[in-house]
Amino acid sequence: MTISEAREKVFSGEVKLRQIVEQYINKIESDNEEINAFVYTDFEGALAQAEEVQNRIDEGSAGKLAGVVMGIKDLICERNKPTTCASEILEGFESVYDATVIKRLKAEDAILIGRVNMDEFAMGSTNEYSKYGAVKNPNNTEMVPGGSSGGSAATVAADMATATLGSDTGGSIRQPASYCGIVGLKPTYGRVSRYGLVAFASSFDCIGPLSHNVEDAARILDVIAGFDERDNTSSHREKSDYVHAVQNPQKNIKIGVPEEFFGEGLDDEIKKSIEDILSKLEAGGAELVPIHLPHTKYGIATYYILATAEASSNLARYDGIRYGHRANKDEMVDELKLEEQALTEKVAAAVGEEKIALQKELAMMDSPLARLYKKSRTEGFGSEVKRRIMLGTYVLSAGYYDAYYGKAQKVRRLIQNDYKEAFEKVDVIVSPTAPTTAFKLGEKLDDPVQMYLNDIFTTTANLAGICGISVPAGTHSNGLPFGIQFMADAFEETKVLNAGRLVELLK
Amino acid sequence: MRTIAHEKYEAVIGLEVHAQLLTKSKAFAPVTIEYGGAPNTQVTPLCLGHPGTLPVINENLVRYIIKMGLATGCSVARKSIFARKNYFYPDLPKGYQISQYDTPICYDGAINIELEEYDKTIGLTRIHMEEDAGKSIHDQDPYNTLVDLNRAGTPLIEIVSEPDIRTPQEAYAYLSKIKQIVQYLEICDGNMEEGSLRCDANVSVRPRGREKFGTRTELKNMNSFRNVERAIHYEIYRQIDLIEDGGEVVQQTRLWDTSKMETRSMRSKEEAHDYRYFPEPDLPPIIVTDEMLEEIKEELPELADVRQKRFVEEYEMSEVDAVTLTDSKYLADYYEEVTEYLGNPKAASNIVLSEVLRVLNEQSIDIREFTIGADRLSELVKLKEDDKINSSALQKIFNKMLDGDKSAEEYAKEMNLIQVSDSGFLEPIVDEIISNNPDEVQRYKDGKKQLIGFFIGQAMKASKGKANPKLVKDLITEKLDN
Repeated sequence: MTISEAREKVFSGEVKLRQIVEQYINKIESDNEEINAFVYTDFEGALAQAEEVQNRIDEGSAGKLAGVVMGIKDLICERNKPTTCASEILEGFESVYDATVIKRLKAEDAILIGRVNMDEFAMGSTNEYSKYGAVKNPNNTEMVPGGSSGGSAATVAADMATATLGSDTGGSIRQPASYCGIVGLKPTYGRVSRYGLVAFASSFDCIGPLSHNVEDAARILDVIAGFDERDNTSSHREKSDYVHAVQNPQKNIKIGVPEEFFGEGLDDEIKKSIEDILSKLEAGGAELVPIHLPHTKYGIATYYILATAEASSNLARYDGIRYGHRANKDEMVDELKLEEQALTEKVAAAVGEEKIALQKELAMMDSPLARLYKKSRTEGFGSEVKRRIMLGTYVLSAGYYDAYYGKAQKVRRLIQNDYKEAFEKVDVIVSPTAPTTAFKLGEKLDDPVQMYLNDIFTTTANLAGICGISVPAGTHSNGLPFGIQFMADAFEETKVLNAGRLVELLK
Repeated sequence: MRTIAHEKYEAVIGLEVHAQLLTKSKAFAPVTIEYGGAPNTQVTPLCLGHPGTLPVINENLVRYIIKMGLATGCSVARKSIFARKNYFYPDLPKGYQISQYDTPICYDGAINIELEEYDKTIGLTRIHMEEDAGKSIHDQDPYNTLVDLNRAGTPLIEIVSEPDIRTPQEAYAYLSKIKQIVQYLEICDGNMEEGSLRCDANVSVRPRGREKFGTRTELKNMNSFRNVERAIHYEIYRQIDLIEDGGEVVQQTRLWDTSKMETRSMRSKEEAHDYRYFPEPDLPPIIVTDEMLEEIKEELPELADVRQKRFVEEYEMSEVDAVTLTDSKYLADYYEEVTEYLGNPKAASNIVLSEVLRVLNEQSIDIREFTIGADRLSELVKLKEDDKINSSALQKIFNKMLDGDKSAEEYAKEMNLIQVSDSGFLEPIVDEIISNNPDEVQRYKDGKKQLIGFFIGQAMKASKGKANPKLVKDLITEKLDN
C-alpha cells in the first residue's frame, strides 16, 4: 500500500486508521518471524497513535503523513525506545531523545510502529551482521536483502509498513532497495538533519526513505528535509517541491551515461535491461550524454579509508562506562590478577634478556580500566565492526595518516570534481545500483573485499555528497529484482525523483 | 640552595595555559553552565556522549578567542578547522576531544611582561579552542573513581607560549599578564584556584650559551600562580642536580605536590600517545570574514597598558599608583566609579589605595568580593569632603561598613560621629582647654607653635571626636595669636 493509497482510504472514510494499523500488525505477526525485519514493535503505541491521528483526520487538522505507518532503522533515535544499532554493545539501551527526523515525522502524524533490523552500526551490505540475526529477502528468503538498511528494505518489500527510514553511508539505502525491488532515496549530504542518527561515518551518513514508489519517497523527504540548528552540517537552503516534481515529471532531461559504471563485473542482464530503459527514455525525449568520471575506480578504496577512519572515532564512545554493554568487572579483575601472578612467576624464573622482556611486559600490563574497555568492546562489537575500527585506527595512526587518510581526502576531492564537471553538462547520471541481484545468505561472509565491491556504484555519491535514488528496473531471469540508480548534483533531489518517476512510467 | 654549578645553567620554559571561557552555554552544546551545580546535573545527551548527538559550535567562543588573539597581537586565521583528538578516558564521554590541530585560529602573537629589573616579550605560538573534559574524582570513594561531567564540553582556549621564558619569576609575570588580559577582555574570570585558568609548564635546562634545548619535562597540577613559580623552581634545580650528578633528564609528565612542595613522576611506565587527530566531520570550518574581524576590533575594550597611561594623564596620578589601580580590571573599574561619583580623582585614589587595598590584602580577596560597593564608599568619602565627618570618623565608619550594609551617613549618625562645625558649641570647649593648660599656652605664645596639635587633640577628645578639627584650629589660633 502506497502513501497516497493509504491516505485516500482513511481520508475518504473508507477505513479507520486503526484498521490500517491492524492490517500491518497482522502482516508483521504473520511474516516477520521469517523475514526478521522488525527487531522491536510497539503495537500498543501505534494503535493509540492511530486514535489520536484519526481524531485529527476527522477534525481536518491532520498532518502530511497521516495514514502512513513506518518502521525506523534501529540507529535513528526514538525517545524511550530501544536504539541498539543491532549491536550487543548497545544491549538494553533506550534513547532519551527523538532524532530530528523522528520529531518531524511525528509532527506530520506518521505512526511509528517499530524498529527495523540492520547491519551492526550500518556496516555491511547484506544485513547478516546483526545481533538479531540476518534479514531475509522477501522476494526469495534464501537471499540476502542487501544492507545495511536490509530491514528497512525488506519491511517495505513485504508490505509490513507503508515506508521506512534507512541510512546511507556508502549505498546502504539504495543497494537493499535494489535487491528488494523497491525505491530508496539517498538525499544530499546536509539536506536531512543527522541529529539523532547514530554516527557511522559522519561526513557520509544520510537519512533517507525506502518506499513502494518514487512519490512516497518524495512525500517523506518533504517532511524530513530542512535545516536543523542541532546539526551544523545541515544546510540552510530551502527545500524544493519534491512531490510536485514527481507528479509533473519533465521528459526532456539530459542523462549522463558514464562509461566507468557499465564495465567489468556488471551482470549482463542488468546491463542490457538498463540500456533498454535508457533507449525508451531517449525515445520519450531524454538526451543521453556519454560522460566520464575518471576517478570512479578509486571510489571503494577511498570510501573504506575515510569511512572507517571516522567510524573508529565515532565508535569510541561505546566503552561500557556510561551505558550499553559492560564486561563483568569481577571476572575481569580476577583474570587480571591471575595474569599478573603468572607473569610474576615467569619473571622470577627467567634470566638475562628474557627476564628483562618479561619485566617490561609486566610493567605494561593493562590497568583494570584499560582491561574493562577492551573486554567490553571485544564482547560488544561484532566481527565486521571490529574489522572497520581496526582499519580506521590504522589509517589515522602516526606514520600512516598521510599515506592513507590524507591521500584519500585528496582523492575524495577529485571525485567531487568529476561530478561537478559532469553536472555542468547533464541533469542526472545513470548507473546500475549494484552489479548483481541479491545473492545467497552466507555466500560472501568470508570475503570482505567481495562484500565491499557491492558498493562500487553507490559509494561515489556519498564521497561527493550528492543525492541518488534507486528505482526498480526489472526482474532478472533468476527471479530477483534489481534497480537503476540516478544521481544528481547536491540539492537537486527533484531531478533524481523526476528521473525515477520516468522509469516508473515506462511500465 | 643556589650554587656555582646552578649558575652554569639556564632554564627554558614554555607554558600552556587553559582558560575556561565565560560563555553562557557549553562549547558545543546548547546547555547553560552553572558552576557549583551538583555533579552530573549540568548535562545533556551530548555531554554524556549519547549515540546520535552532534556538537554545535558556540558563536561566542569564536569571538572570545579572536578577542584574545587581537589583544596579544596574533594573526587570525581566515579559515581554521576543528580536529578530533582521540583517546579513552572515563571523563571523556565521546572518546575524543574536539580541539584544533594544525590550523589554530590565532597564531604568532606576543605578550609583554614587566619584572622589577627588566621588561621582556614572550612569544605566543598559538591560541586555539577546544572543549573541556569532565572531572575524575579519585579521592572521595575508596574503591572507585567518580566522574562528574558537568564540565564536559565547557569551552576552553589554550594559549601556548614560545619557549621564551627563562625563570620562575618570568613564568609568574607571564601568567599574571594572561590573567590580566582575559579579565580585561571579560572572556574568563582568571581564577586559577577554581580552575578557570590552568597551566602546564614545559621545563628543561641547558648550559648557558648552548643553543640546543635539553630534555624537557611537563609539569602539571599547579593550582595557583605561586605554585607554578614554585614547581618550576623546584624542577629547574632537580634537573640541574640530576645532570651535575651524572644523570639524565627523562622526558615525562610530573605532578606538583603542594603538600610536599616537590614534583614527582606521574607514571612509571612510558606511555606514547597517538591521538590520531583528524578533521572533525561534524563541524564546518570557522570562516573569519573582514567584517567580523573589524567588528571584534571595535568591541575590544581598553586594555591595562592603555588604561594605565590614561590614569596618569587624566587623573594626574603617579605611575606607581596607576599600575596598582589598573592591575586588575575590576579594581580599575571600581576606582573609576568612585572617581566619577566624587568628581575628585585624588580623594578616590587616596581611599582606594589605602583603606580598600588594605582590606583586600588582609582578607586576600578580590575587589569583586569586597563588601563596600563603589557607591557606598563614595558616600563615605563625600561625608568627609563635605566636612561632615573627620578622618578618624571616616576610619571608624569604614570599618563598620565592612560588616554591615547601611549607608555611611546612617552609620555616622548611629555612631554619633557627625562633625560639629558650630562655633557656639566649640567655643566653650576651646576656652576651657586654654584655661586648663596655662603652661602650654605660655609656651605656645613663646613661639612653640607645634603645640597647636596638642590643643586640637584636647578639643577632639573633649568633643568625643565630633569637632571639626579645622574649625577648632581656627578658634585656637584666633584666641591665642591675638
